[in-house]
Amino acid sequence: MDWIQQIINGISLGSIYALIALGYTMVYGIIRLINFAHGDVFMIGAFIGFYAIKYAGLGFFPALIIAMVICALLGVVIERIAYKRLRNASRIAALITAIGVSLLIEYGTIYLRGAQPEAFPQVLPSESFHFLGATISSTSIFILGVSVILMIILQFIVRRTKIGKAMRAVSHDAEAARLMGINVDRTISATFAIGSALAGAAGVIFGIYYTKIEPLMGVIPGLKAFVAAVLGGIGIIPGAAIGGFVLGLVETLVSALGYSNWRDAAAFIILILILIFKPSGILGKNTREKV
Amino acid sequence: MKKSKGFWLFLVVSIVVYGLVQLLISTGVLNPFYSNTLIYIVINIILAVSLHLVIGITGQFSIGHAGFLAVGAYMAAICTKLQVPFPLALVVGGVVAALMGLVVGIPSLRLKGDYLAIATLGFGEIIRIVFVNIEYVGGAAGMQVSHLTNWTYAFVCLIITLLVIMNFTNSTHGRACIAIRENEIAADAMGINTTYYKVAAFAIGAFFAGIAGGLYSHNFYIIQPTNFGFLKSFDILIFVVLGGLGSMSGAVLAAILMTIVSTFLQSYPETRMVIYSVILIVVMLYRPTGLMGTKEITSYFGKWPLGKGGRLHGK
Repeated sequence: MDWIQQIINGISLGSIYALIALGYTMVYGIIRLINFAHGDVFMIGAFIGFYAIKYAGLGFFPALIIAMVICALLGVVIERIAYKRLRNASRIAALITAIGVSLLIEYGTIYLRGAQPEAFPQVLPSESFHFLGATISSTSIFILGVSVILMIILQFIVRRTKIGKAMRAVSHDAEAARLMGINVDRTISATFAIGSALAGAAGVIFGIYYTKIEPLMGVIPGLKAFVAAVLGGIGIIPGAAIGGFVLGLVETLVSALGYSNWRDAAAFIILILILIFKPSGILGKNTREKV
Repeated sequence: MKKSKGFWLFLVVSIVVYGLVQLLISTGVLNPFYSNTLIYIVINIILAVSLHLVIGITGQFSIGHAGFLAVGAYMAAICTKLQVPFPLALVVGGVVAALMGLVVGIPSLRLKGDYLAIATLGFGEIIRIVFVNIEYVGGAAGMQVSHLTNWTYAFVCLIITLLVIMNFTNSTHGRACIAIRENEIAADAMGINTTYYKVAAFAIGAFFAGIAGGLYSHNFYIIQPTNFGFLKSFDILIFVVLGGLGSMSGAVLAAILMTIVSTFLQSYPETRMVIYSVILIVVMLYRPTGLMGTKEITSYFGKWPLGKGGRLHGK
């Protein structure tokens, strides 16, 4: 029963994409900016987790929380320094700034610590058990569990809390929200904080799962997570999660069918197909452009 | 009349520049390092100007330009491997890249803004992955190429590129493209076939990127798919953005400056990228229109109207 194992692998990979995609989609939903630096926040999260476990000797959960807090701060700082001034600038200017921030984080990290990869220490007990003939490692179940819990917490924050309500209002219409007395700047900062914290968590989980981390590791998962966000309907939070899982499954299946060299192309082909045939994504509604 | 005067002046200046550099190279004043840097500058100018047509003039934000560079580079390399003369190989590379531009452009140019950027980035990556998977061109290990690019080929290609793009910009078609950049819906309402012009500009940009690709691959002894990743696309994008979206001379100047800077920082690639990214952020924050805006260098002299990428000169 190889297939069950592949599907489990795909869902584990998909949960990482989903966590990153959530940050993309939240930021896009609220300020209509593709935050290219998001994949690099993910990388920073992985490194913070690595240092926390290796040098501070912390366990998985403390490391996860430290990575999430520092990434949240990083996200807020990026927003304040780079994106805030550009809120009324052209979309191209904002996009280029985002690319610049992304390159700065990547090469700043290489500049500070070198480009050599690190081996992520094993902190989770790795047992494997058999299920319908498939061998499933406890790690993949564990990271799936952590991801799903984080997504439920996110859904709770967005749906049930005051800040979540403010976030939904701002993403719907920032001007009207401001008139209703919502502090738009603070809401945007909160969005960046939550999205970046999720990316940081995804970084630690990625490290645990793939055991190898390096400064440019955020580029490809970042782009793929963006594909996942577009696939699910950008700006729609459940869509990002669905898109992440679908993408993870598709990629794993492509590798399983023996086309592992084409794995990276699969994500981009999905992206282009979805952009051409249903640009609003799986859960998106068609909107008409007003002149 | 005024226009043709500018044209002749441009031609004379370029012939003088060409002769001067050729003289310095053949007398050995410029050692191979400097002449190589000059050729590299020329290739980067061609790339910058070809992307300028897509982003600066037509306003279509494409970040997959390295894909067309890769197509041109590989096609030209395959041609010279099959004993096709080098100039013909360059043209083949350009034409195939332009066809690729059509293939990429027709579906993706229906998208706008961010979506278009991401789609072109996706296409660029797909092109790269395709080359990784083709055994004939060496896959990920790369392909041996003979060193054929010299100053003459590079400079002739540069002059042709500049002339074509300048004339395109000043023609009816160029004005249509500028109208699309300023407001696509308004341009549509004025009866401009926006899809046609967007795809045309994209294909022309791809053609010259392909030419640059042929020069690029034959300037090295080996080409690998990793040379054409999206970092390369960003490099080209930086020239255009830094120079000013809509300014051809800005793109040319930025290409020259950035190539010189990166040549000096060649042994410190991280520092180079940190400087690149900081420049990019600072320029966008404090001067979002780029160094030159939509102005051309010639407008500072008030004479010879070369490529007016920006304002429409009604006179």
